[in-house]
Amino acid sequence: MTVRVRIPSQLRNLSGGAAEIPLEGTTVSELLSGLETAHPGFAERLFDDTGTLRRFVNVFVAEEDIRFLDGLETPVPEGQTISIVPAVAGG
Amino acid sequence: MAFVLGLRCRECGREYAAEPIYTCEWCFGPLEAAYDYDAISATTSRDRIAAGPRSLWRYSDLLPVAGHPSLDLGTGFTPLVRADRLAEALGLREVWVKNDTSNPTGSFKDRVVSVALSKAIEFGFETVACASTGNLANSVAAHAARAGLRSYVFIPADLEQGKVVTTAVYGGDLVAVDGSYDDVNRLCVELAGTYEWAFVNVNVRPFYAEGSKTLAFEVAEQLGWQAPDHVVVPVASGSLLTKIEKGFRELHRVGLLDDEPRVRVSGAQAAGCSPVATAWLEGSDTIRPVKPSTIAKSLAIGNPADGYFALDTARRTGGAFAAVTDAEVVEGIRLLARTEGIFAETAGGVTIATLKRLAADGAVGPEERVVVYITGHGLKTIEAISPAVGPTATIRPTLDAFHEAFTVER
Repeated sequence: MTVRVRIPSQLRNLSGGAAEIPLEGTTVSELLSGLETAHPGFAERLFDDTGTLRRFVNVFVAEEDIRFLDGLETPVPEGQTISIVPAVAGG
Repeated sequence: MAFVLGLRCRECGREYAAEPIYTCEWCFGPLEAAYDYDAISATTSRDRIAAGPRSLWRYSDLLPVAGHPSLDLGTGFTPLVRADRLAEALGLREVWVKNDTSNPTGSFKDRVVSVALSKAIEFGFETVACASTGNLANSVAAHAARAGLRSYVFIPADLEQGKVVTTAVYGGDLVAVDGSYDDVNRLCVELAGTYEWAFVNVNVRPFYAEGSKTLAFEVAEQLGWQAPDHVVVPVASGSLLTKIEKGFRELHRVGLLDDEPRVRVSGAQAAGCSPVATAWLEGSDTIRPVKPSTIAKSLAIGNPADGYFALDTARRTGGAFAAVTDAEVVEGIRLLARTEGIFAETAGGVTIATLKRLAADGAVGPEERVVVYITGHGLKTIEAISPAVGPTATIRPTLDAFHEAFTVER
């Protein structure tokens, strides 16, 4: 099942400059693992030493923050977009 | 002269040049301006500040902008008024109101925008933009007009009518987005990665946020170069609260305050959007985002960027947090208006209601010198208060009609 993963500008040096990467997976967790496999280096930037998503990293499935859904276990339907977005903006 | 050395990540300490970037490339932590405090100490003085303009630019030694910027609508150096009638109503000895309703566009946002747009001009940007709950929208549109910059201002479509009109009047593009502030903010983060614009609260945020420190600088100067015992600050993103505390510390670091300040810093949120206050009340280290539902729209940020730092600041300084209901917000607006003659927007109602709560439960001590920050003008949020106040009576234009309606001793 192909899902589009949107990469923030801060991490595009890891994706060869790509702003969007198509990946296979059915949950956020699977997709982020797939991202690490395809482009090594993402995991240590997105997760802390305990494997928890860093507190200034937001992940959205379509328009919704995964913290309002099932976190990393949030299912991602075919054709959907997930976005990785820095949290430190606004206000 | 600018004394800013560069930017530093607040999470992991990595250092960066002073450029329009805002997150650490490593850990996504927020970047913050770092200064050469020894050089500032050698240059700045109370006399030098007193000889400066009667605006926030009198503190330019402690701001991350080069020279004396020309972009100045007259922001800052707003009144600090002793509020004895409010203090009496709350059972406190000494309360001061920092009245930032008197800024050019009616809110403290003129401070951060003065700094952000001055910096944007310094960087060579020709277009500025922001995500806003309203006050920032007003200020960015006005300052962009003054500076001759193109502007794109993004707001939630359900914003108060007053804040829409008072943004649109300045020209520039005003984009109403179907969604919450957090949706608008997320859109702006993605736009900031797409266009070469200065988004004041995205890629220019490390500079922008520093403007809030002037609310600490002014209070200290206006108190005769002393820090207060306790401040109560409204919390949306948490940046304002964090920067006010930083401002007091910096004054001591550069020798402008003799004694190390021990300011207790308390935060005010509306119950309908209280992610930081909730973490405080639960003793939690995790701030869970919320979907806001409150009349205090200028504080309706469900996913606060500096929430963790605001929480840490309150804990470290012995402050507190409260989350107040919309009814308390309306009563807070009325209490400040009828005791001190100051008309605050809903955020001010949140702040006064929080002060009332904290005074009642002892978190604010009766002998403390308290400063309460009123950050926006009441005319911006008429909708919130208009159901609660109005004419005492409506009469025909005759003496008899007046006498019928009122019994007044002569």
